Amino acid sequence: MSAGSPITGAAPAQAPKATPTLDHTPAQSVLPQRVPSMALARFILAKLVKGVLVVLCVVVVNFFLIRLAPGDPASIMAGESGSSDPNYVAQLRTQFGLDRPLPVQMATYVLGVVRFDWGFSYRMKLPVLQLILDRLPATLLLMGSAFVFSVLLGIFLGVIASRTRYTGRRRWLDSLIVGGALLLYATPLFWLSLLMIVLFSVELGWLPAFGMETVGAGLTGWSRVLDITTHLVLPTVSLGSFYMAMYVRLTRASMLEVMGMDFVRTARAKGVAAPAVIRRHVLRNALLPVVTFSGIQLGQLAGGAVLTETVFGWPGIGRLMFDALMQRDYQLLLGVFLLTSAMVVVFNMLTDVIYRVVDPRIAFEGGR
Amino acid sequence: MSGFARRFLRNTGAVAGLMILAAILVVALAAPLLFPDSPWMMVADPLILPFQDGQYPFGTDMLGRDIGAGLAYGARVSLMIGAVSTAVAVLAGIAIGAAAGYHGGWVDDLLMRVTEFFQTIPQLAMAVVLVAILTPSIGSIVAAIAIVSWPPVARLVRGEFLTLREREFVQAAVVIGQHPGRIMLTQILPNAMSPIIITASLMVATAILTESALSFLGLGDRNMMSWGFMIGASRTMLREAPWMSLMPGVAILLTVLAINLIGEGLNDALNPQLRHRGED
Repeated sequence: MSAGSPITGAAPAQAPKATPTLDHTPAQSVLPQRVPSMALARFILAKLVKGVLVVLCVVVVNFFLIRLAPGDPASIMAGESGSSDPNYVAQLRTQFGLDRPLPVQMATYVLGVVRFDWGFSYRMKLPVLQLILDRLPATLLLMGSAFVFSVLLGIFLGVIASRTRYTGRRRWLDSLIVGGALLLYATPLFWLSLLMIVLFSVELGWLPAFGMETVGAGLTGWSRVLDITTHLVLPTVSLGSFYMAMYVRLTRASMLEVMGMDFVRTARAKGVAAPAVIRRHVLRNALLPVVTFSGIQLGQLAGGAVLTETVFGWPGIGRLMFDALMQRDYQLLLGVFLLTSAMVVVFNMLTDVIYRVVDPRIAFEGGR
Repeated sequence: MSGFARRFLRNTGAVAGLMILAAILVVALAAPLLFPDSPWMMVADPLILPFQDGQYPFGTDMLGRDIGAGLAYGARVSLMIGAVSTAVAVLAGIAIGAAAGYHGGWVDDLLMRVTEFFQTIPQLAMAVVLVAILTPSIGSIVAAIAIVSWPPVARLVRGEFLTLREREFVQAAVVIGQHPGRIMLTQILPNAMSPIIITASLMVATAILTESALSFLGLGDRNMMSWGFMIGASRTMLREAPWMSLMPGVAILLTVLAINLIGEGLNDALNPQLRHRGED
């Protein structure tokens, strides 16, 4: 594949040399130290405070965005209830505190959000938070499955590519994987979704293209699980494929770098079998950047879900965001945005903690 | 410079990318000559298949609009938005990163907290919300894409400034009393340009993808034909006329692929010492 040539052609034929500036020593050579639990607790607390601050900032941003939205909130609310009486608008204005100074309004708004009052969707006739929480499980299911799909397949393909990089016979495999990743990297995911629908649903009729389960089938137990699983396949591939391409590149580059390091040469020299070298020495060290990245990715999946859920009619918060867009339901739109941001913050925090547990070399202090 | 050009041209992928991008650019510039009618105009029978009618080689959509014209005018929008939003994001990123890296201290702390904040919140969701609230237009789309894409540039520039600030030639400039602004612009920035150029080239590709996603969701500028809009509009006809969504998607794919290839070529050519690390 010609698309792979810039990458495969750019690197030299011999094994990459370890650069003296590498910022980490191999995990194998370091005795695992017991992480002081105080330091861990302090670390988690600091992350927690930072995460809460980020979410509060999003709330403040939301407050200003809703004021930027077209139309005065009071007249919109009056319009929603079918009245344009100026007295009524004025009454709403006082009722919702829109006549008070801006800082007071902001404080009221932030306090409301903190107390789980996320506004009311006049289109859906339900509180925003309830709407979002109803849809959240579907999105979490989709995100989880897309995450597992992208990580496992990405690492698998990345390892294969790096293993075949310097083998004369199977080098085409490396070029194929790298080229495929490059193509996938440039593909708009909503378009890929449509292509998959045309191929797997319209032409072959293998997989359902819409919704989360067969409407009106009344399935229960395992047959329902199976039904949801078949509905999950296309959205999972659609949402996960871009990130899978990223994992392929990341794993491959990281593997190739670690493979050239001295401790790997030592392991080979003392006669460890090649598969064991890869598994025990190379992969373990090469996966660290992948762990870091996976935390970032898990959060970004929440944003990408808007496109996937829209195309596949998946009843999650991404689809809810699209509906809110179509109906100009700004309260709901910003509610979904807030929850998505909160999810990113939580996932980032979890990754940070996991990363430090996985890799004891990283100090708990500072570490920006 | 000649060394750079030679290294870049030796990279077949980068050259291929350059050629694809040049072709798309020519079509975009020549769109009014190739297709004098507006891409929104109904010019022929609806749903002409591609490669059937010599006059409409790309076929027509469900309203009889020429898909070829849509592709050509869509190229203008995609390239323009990609370039302008990246330019805005890079300028903002340089300003913020330079201020943080050069001054250090509390300025650095504050600016980096802001940068981290923008890097944390989900980019696509933020762009969707911004365009929806500011009402869809070329201006709001460019602004939204720029707002979600400047943080990596700021971090990069800050890092470069932090290390370059300590170098002798910068110290010398400080000693002879050059104004800090002048030091940043004429001493430090030129030495930090390579990574900025590489990042910027890849940002154009991301910006084009984001724009297509926005217009697919119905958040495009209503006055401008765009590839994402064409795919979004053809969704309902997916069964009957899959070519309608196929072609604009291929256009996006080719453009983004070409820019990514160029970006990687630039990376290899500007960082020759990195090429031997087996990295891509």
